[in-house]
Amino acid sequence: MRLPRFLVLTICTVLAGAALGIGPARAQIPFLTPDSTGKETLEIGTSTNEIAITSDFRGADLTVFGALNNVDQLLLAIGQYDVVVTLEGPREAATVRRKERFLGIWVNRQSLTFDRVPTSYSVASTRPVDAIAPPEVLNELGIGVDHLPLTPTGHFIGDINMGEFRSAYRRLQEGSGLYQDGDTGIRFVSTNLFRASLRLPANIPDGVHVVHAYLFKSGGFLAQKDLRLRVVKTGVEQAITDAARNQPLSYGAFAVLVALITGWTASLVFRKD
Amino acid sequence: MAVTIYLPIAELSVNIFIILGMGAAVGFLSGMFGVGGGFLITPLLIFYNIPPIVAVATGANQVVASSVSGAMSHFRRGSLDLKLGCVLLAGGLAGASLGMWIFVALRKLGQIDLFISILYVVLLGSIGTLMLWESIGALRRAARKQPIAVRRPGHHNWVHRLPFKMRFKKSKIYLSAVPILTLGFLVGVLTPMGIGGGFILVPAMIYLLRIPTNVVVGTSLFQIIFVSAFTTIAQAKANYSVDIVLAFMLMIAGVIGAQYGVRVGQKLRGEQLRALLGLLVMAVGLRLAIELVMTPGDAYSIVVGSSGR
Repeated sequence: MRLPRFLVLTICTVLAGAALGIGPARAQIPFLTPDSTGKETLEIGTSTNEIAITSDFRGADLTVFGALNNVDQLLLAIGQYDVVVTLEGPREAATVRRKERFLGIWVNRQSLTFDRVPTSYSVASTRPVDAIAPPEVLNELGIGVDHLPLTPTGHFIGDINMGEFRSAYRRLQEGSGLYQDGDTGIRFVSTNLFRASLRLPANIPDGVHVVHAYLFKSGGFLAQKDLRLRVVKTGVEQAITDAARNQPLSYGAFAVLVALITGWTASLVFRKD
Repeated sequence: MAVTIYLPIAELSVNIFIILGMGAAVGFLSGMFGVGGGFLITPLLIFYNIPPIVAVATGANQVVASSVSGAMSHFRRGSLDLKLGCVLLAGGLAGASLGMWIFVALRKLGQIDLFISILYVVLLGSIGTLMLWESIGALRRAARKQPIAVRRPGHHNWVHRLPFKMRFKKSKIYLSAVPILTLGFLVGVLTPMGIGGGFILVPAMIYLLRIPTNVVVGTSLFQIIFVSAFTTIAQAKANYSVDIVLAFMLMIAGVIGAQYGVRVGQKLRGEQLRALLGLLVMAVGLRLAIELVMTPGDAYSIVVGSSGR
């Protein structure tokens, strides 16, 4: 039995809204595109398209709902279909530096810059990603912390052990909580509907993040869907960041003024007459 | 209840009470010893995972508040020599400009953290040792009830043979502008590295320039206000690294802590205070030295952004 697509998506939206207490008005629903080829596809939607970093931000949970279309119900029932959902932060260059002992003290000696790597990365999947597909497929798609492509850029001097720098990068990013390699996190809520839970760390960078959803059948890659998610600082936090970036002189002067007033007030309040 | 607060420039969430506690503790010590406290707050913030460049810039901002508060009370008591302060300041601003240039150049090379650490170890280690040595000698002389060697006002050293002499009425001295400008300059260079310089200025003014002790603290605080203010603005412009939320929490806790520090400080004798300050300065230096020499937990570190933010 195949559910009509509009019904699947309606259920998806209602579930998303109900689970998070947010009306469908704020929900992000992918466009309905007619598909008559009969090929397996997937659709995803998130409960919100914007995560706000407020002053008491301690991380957030993102729930991604998705639906599979045109899937073989028999294969689905025996677990031959797998879904992986990743959340990638804005891409930026990252420099890894290595300390070495020099004249008795530890000094940054070697460094290697990786081009356009995600500033944050988390994964949710039906099974551990390494069990879903062979490494070459994961490497090509860049799924999983261990399979993210890390391309060195710029000039580097001397013989650098690229492998060590790559694994150090992954280890440090996982240690800081910015990269998370989840083994699970996706549940099927009905035969065709799944729900992926991703954890956003407290130190998540702001900017445009991208949700990627990948569908696999028996270890082979079938389809991909992307969705943008904005992580924004709110109110005062955003105003401060904007001021510091766009009007650094006035911002600095204001910071000094605040300090002068605070110091002055204190000397008046605590004045001994 | 919100225990954590998000710092927009440092881009991380911190525990409010830890930050307020740090501010109060540093404020207490700076009030007790009559120093700005930059050399204490910067390493503390770095230990608490605040990025070093945010820590030094925000520390400079906090030092402005604590020095204003201290300098104001000295001004009312008449223990602030404005003319002397302005000469020091002229050297200080020039020094801070050079210091900023060095800071930005080293940041681009990826060596600013190391430079700050080494600078702290060398300065804090040597000055802490000197202070402790001098004050222990004074304490022992006091214990044996020996008369403390009074510095005769007419006692001159090489500093007093330099040209461009100026008369400073409040300090009752007649002194060349050259060593004052030089001292201001040298301390100014350190300000962008998170060192306000009070703990260097005060002993240098007393022992090298022979400026009367009563005006030294007030006058050094006066110079620190403006050099730190300049540094705050320069850091905001060059590195966008002043976190006003963090600075404000530190300031509020700091000025309150300082009031209690001043009261405790007044109960202690000068040489006792100097011995304690010497110990404190040495301890911070030692802590940083251990970190430099010890094998790090991880030899690798990451800097995000092409410029190496």
